[in-house]
Amino acid sequence: MVLTRSQPTQARTRRRPTEGRRGLLARMPSWAPVLISIAVFLAAWQLLVTFGGISQLVLPSPLSVAEQVVIVTQQLFVGGFLAGQLWITVQEILLGFVLAVVVGVIVGIVVGLTSFGRRGIMPLFVLLDATPKIAFAPVFIAWFGFGIASKFLMAAFMSIFPIIVSTAQGVAAVEPDELKLFQSMKASRWDIFWKLRVHRALPYLFTGLKIAVVACLTGAVAAEFIGGGIGFGEQVRVAAARIALDRVFALIFFLSLLGLALFMSVAWLEKRLTFWNVRS
Amino acid sequence: MTTASTVVNDAAYSVTDVRHTYGTGTHALQDVSIELPRGSVTSLIGPSGCGKSTLLNILSGLLRPSEGHVEIFGRELDGPPVEVSHMFQKATLLPWRTVLENVLLPLELRDGKKAARKQKSKARELLKMVGIADFEAGYPHQLSGGMAQRAAICRMLVTEPQILLLDEPFGALDELTRERMDTELLRIVRDTGATAVLVTHSIPESVFLSDVVYAMSARPGRITRAIEVDLPHPRGEHTLADPRYLELINTVRQALDEGYRRGAHT
Repeated sequence: MVLTRSQPTQARTRRRPTEGRRGLLARMPSWAPVLISIAVFLAAWQLLVTFGGISQLVLPSPLSVAEQVVIVTQQLFVGGFLAGQLWITVQEILLGFVLAVVVGVIVGIVVGLTSFGRRGIMPLFVLLDATPKIAFAPVFIAWFGFGIASKFLMAAFMSIFPIIVSTAQGVAAVEPDELKLFQSMKASRWDIFWKLRVHRALPYLFTGLKIAVVACLTGAVAAEFIGGGIGFGEQVRVAAARIALDRVFALIFFLSLLGLALFMSVAWLEKRLTFWNVRS
Repeated sequence: MTTASTVVNDAAYSVTDVRHTYGTGTHALQDVSIELPRGSVTSLIGPSGCGKSTLLNILSGLLRPSEGHVEIFGRELDGPPVEVSHMFQKATLLPWRTVLENVLLPLELRDGKKAARKQKSKARELLKMVGIADFEAGYPHQLSGGMAQRAAICRMLVTEPQILLLDEPFGALDELTRERMDTELLRIVRDTGATAVLVTHSIPESVFLSDVVYAMSARPGRITRAIEVDLPHPRGEHTLADPRYLELINTVRQALDEGYRRGAHT
């Protein structure tokens, strides 16, 4: 019995030398592993197109997509039409996001600070957050027309629910010890809100904002698909209709960059404002 | 009434026939009558559920007793009084504020941000006194448990309170740090001349810090014995080796045992 039990430990100690391989990964700069997997993915894709017998119409090669990325970049730098379309989409996203943050935070505070809000209204928002909100895009087009309004309102609609829910959770989530401390110092409700709840709510809020900013981009592009006429999303749709998939992929690449930039901005702000939120 | 109030005038607290029953029907305190002289240090010690925290909450004005009354400096206690400052088991420093900003928090809440900023030098002095002046610009997560409690002491003292209510202040610290903190706390309390009430689970701590130790028993919570601690001041490491200190520890332990046995029989 004793012998069989001791065997696994021996095996574990014998496996130790292989830890040298893990050491190599640990010694790389943090971006290197990601770069490796991207390179492998692109190579596999190129091989699939070159030797797999798949038509370039169905699946453009990474090289032709890269070519289109260069072309789109040139067009964007020159300014003119494409840059204008991108600017429209950026405007929609920013307008939608600002609207969602302002309204979402205010509604979230009201919901989170009242017991009726927490019990009576919060479940509705959680429910709404779980619905496929994108299905409402045609409704927004019908209500607000084909202009920019329907797009940024859709973007706001997509992103507001995570903001409301996270804000409400945040302002309600106060540490009992800290509340007791404030009460023992005879703090007013106003001070408890501004000097305690707001700070404790920030980490929650940023969790919501990071979901929201991606949803916002999705909302704007989806509304452009359906509500036609303007924006980068419309350019994607038109290119797809021409079966110019390499251009579609190139445009999506730029939309991804836009989404990444937005996400990173929020993450950067989070790091600056909730630097204190370290688990000890 | 007038004669009564003149008599209690040199008492920080005067508690008369206080009983408390919670809404749930829990009989937390029964017939508590104690008087706490100005500048004294008093410990409340007893098993969980003996009502010592209830009594502390009553003294802090956060809880109104079901019966009896409490006077603070000769006037009827009605809500949290301005003279009182608290310290809890956890330092509860706000992690988004620097150590200095944490210490200034009570002033900021009482007098506003501008007035608090003017008192920075006072806060710095306190930090210097407890030996963490170098950390004033640091954040709480950079402090050890003992250092965090030192900052909490500064925060408690910054409003120059006349009464300190200490709820197991060093309960979360290791034994050695705790002894050191006790020595320091006692020195500070005696320097400021404040009246202190301490709730603790530690018999040695209660003896070391106090002028009087009240032993309490549970169900219903009541004071079973008052033990006067006649150890000389200043107290410090040498006190821990004093035979009288050990004797008093035994006395408190016996008082608690008696209370426990009596409670178990009824």
